[in-house]
Order: sequence, then structure tokens, then C-alpha cells
Amino acid sequence: MLGVMHLAQLNVAHLRAPMDAPELAAFVELLEPVNTLADTSPGFVWRMKESEDDPTATLTHAYGDHLLVNLSVWESLESLWDYAYRSAHLGVLRRRREWFLRTAEPYLVMWWIPEGRLPTVAEGMRRLERLRDEGPSPEAFTFKESYDSSQAASRPAAADARK
Amino acid sequence: MSEDHLDALALLHDPVRRSLYDVVAASGGEVGRGEAAESAGISRTLAGHHLDKLVEAGLLESGLRPQERRGPGSGRPAKVYRRAGGERSVSLPPRDYQTLASVLAGVVELLGADEEAERAARRAGRRLAGPRGDEPVEAVLRERGYEPYAEGDRLRMRNCPFHALSREQPVLVCSMNLALCQGLLEGLGDDPERARLDPRPGECCVSLSKTNED
Repeated sequence: MLGVMHLAQLNVAHLRAPMDAPELAAFVELLEPVNTLADTSPGFVWRMKESEDDPTATLTHAYGDHLLVNLSVWESLESLWDYAYRSAHLGVLRRRREWFLRTAEPYLVMWWIPEGRLPTVAEGMRRLERLRDEGPSPEAFTFKESYDSSQAASRPAAADARK
Repeated sequence: MSEDHLDALALLHDPVRRSLYDVVAASGGEVGRGEAAESAGISRTLAGHHLDKLVEAGLLESGLRPQERRGPGSGRPAKVYRRAGGERSVSLPPRDYQTLASVLAGVVELLGADEEAERAARRAGRRLAGPRGDEPVEAVLRERGYEPYAEGDRLRMRNCPFHALSREQPVLVCSMNLALCQGLLEGLGDDPERARLDPRPGECCVSLSKTNED
């Protein structure tokens, strides 16, 4: 069986203040339009939501306070790239220093998953950890050093079937 | 490798091939043989021959577009051409500014020196505009390789002159590009606020408002 692979991504940001602080008001206001933009972008597959009703609710997790976590799935690296850097989302990224602490560590990790499978925050955090410790690999990579889905080591059988 | 680039670019010395390349590049998308032939003022067969040469050299890419009419007699899918994504450059003697630029962009990112980089880019834009006096910004942008074109009430730009770098450090490079464009406008005695970030897949991240003067 020739398995279609999708791209999972997790990114984290360390907030400068709690979400309800006035410093973050402009950011909170942008959550709904930016998430709607993601949801309607070509190649968007899925994103983990905290709430179906409240678009400003961010993911709750056990990885520390003031840590914003995003987890989503895309059809391809190019579709995620175009959303992140070739849409109005770029303008939000430009303002990241207003809301997030600067970090020298990688804050975004990507990996390939079989179509239809949904990643978990724990899985993404493990992969981010791996990226930080060992550098990019087919199991945990970045835009700058990416691997295509045929190199996804987690599914050697699928990789064989593709070429 | 640069030998290949030189061979590819040398193909454009032929004026017919050059004009076919320009027609395809300026379209911003796919152009059929017939359309390209008509724009270049040559026969369809000759256009096809030269377009295929440009594909062979990697300057263009070709694909097939299904005919609009369906059913018997609608014919085979039409061959279409678009500009290839790769870059070609030749420098004699050999120079490599890309590697250094990439290293420096990485350092700016590491230092979190985006704002300083944007200010420097704005100054660079003003300097570049310096000798151009009162020329319209569109002419200056065209000459700098941005390939501006009008769309609605905006002046958009088809080509990103910093493409490879913007893939590596999109937020930094796009912010610097915006600052550079604003500096250019300022240096030309124009309103820097005409330029704003307006990203779209496959194009430059900046667009300009049209002037109301003309």
C-alpha cells in the first residue's frame, strides 16, 4: 500500500506575560483571524484546538507556564511554509518580540506522519527535545534542514514503496 | 556548475529565445506555444523549438494543460511553459556573496538584531535611490529585478531579488526588504508608507499603493 504522508508541526513560544495581561492584548486579538487564516489555507489538514467555541483559548499542557504551544498537520512542507511566511501570518511573526521571549533554541519542529493519524502534544514535545539535543533528522527537522516524506524513517515500508 | 550556468545563459544571446523567455517570465504563470509565438512574432513551430531548448537548459519548465473543450476533436493537452524556479548566475572572476550573506543573516538572527538590520536596510535603500533623483519608484524597482506589475490599486512585485536568503530567514529578510523598499521611496522623495508587507506565495513580500498623481 502506498501511504500518503502528511507533515506535522509543533511550535512553542515563551510569553512575556500571562495571556490575560495587557501586554498581550493585541496578540490575543490576532488569535482568531490568524487561526481562521490557517484553517482556510491551502494544504491545511488539522490543528489541535483547546475549545470549539472560544477561538482565543490556547492549548493547556504540562510543559510550564506562559508557554504557548501550537500543533498542526499539513499536506506538505510548502503549504505550511506558504501559510507561515507568505500570508498575513508573516506580519504577526514580525511582531513576535513584542509578545514572546527570544530564544536561541529551536522552537519549531516538523516530522512526517501517515495521512489520517493525528499527533499529540507529548509526541511533538519529544521531537522538539530531540531536535534540540541532536540537531535535525528525518524524525525531527526544521525548514532550514528539512527531509522529504520518502526519508521518513518511522515508516521504512512506505519509503520503499514510493521509489 | 557555473559552467552549466554560463551555457544556459548563453542560450539567451539569441534574440528570439530571449524574447520568448521574456514573454514567459513576464506572464508570471504558464504560457502556451501559440501565445508565446504570437508575442514574439514567429511561427508556432519555431517557438516550440526554442522554448524546448530553454527547457533543456533548465531556464524554463514545461507542463501539459488540458484543452478547454472536451470530447472528440478537442485535441491533445497543450504544452505550456513557465519560468524555472532555480537561479542562474555567473560571476567572472568567481564571487560568492550568497554564502557570506547567509552566514551574516544567521548571526543577526542569533543576536536578535532585527531592528538594527531593518534600520541599516532602510539606509541602504535611501543610498540606492540617491543617484536616481526623481525617477518613478516603479522604474527603479524594475531595474533592481523586482518585476513590478499593477493589480487593482496595488503595485505588486513578481520576483523576490533575495529569494534564496528569504527561504532561510523569511522574517528577517522580508522585514529588511520592506525597510529597503521604504528607504528607496524615501530617497526618491516619495512616501515610504506606500510600501507595506503584503506576502503571497511565489512573489515578493512587499507591495506598493499606487500614486494618485497620474
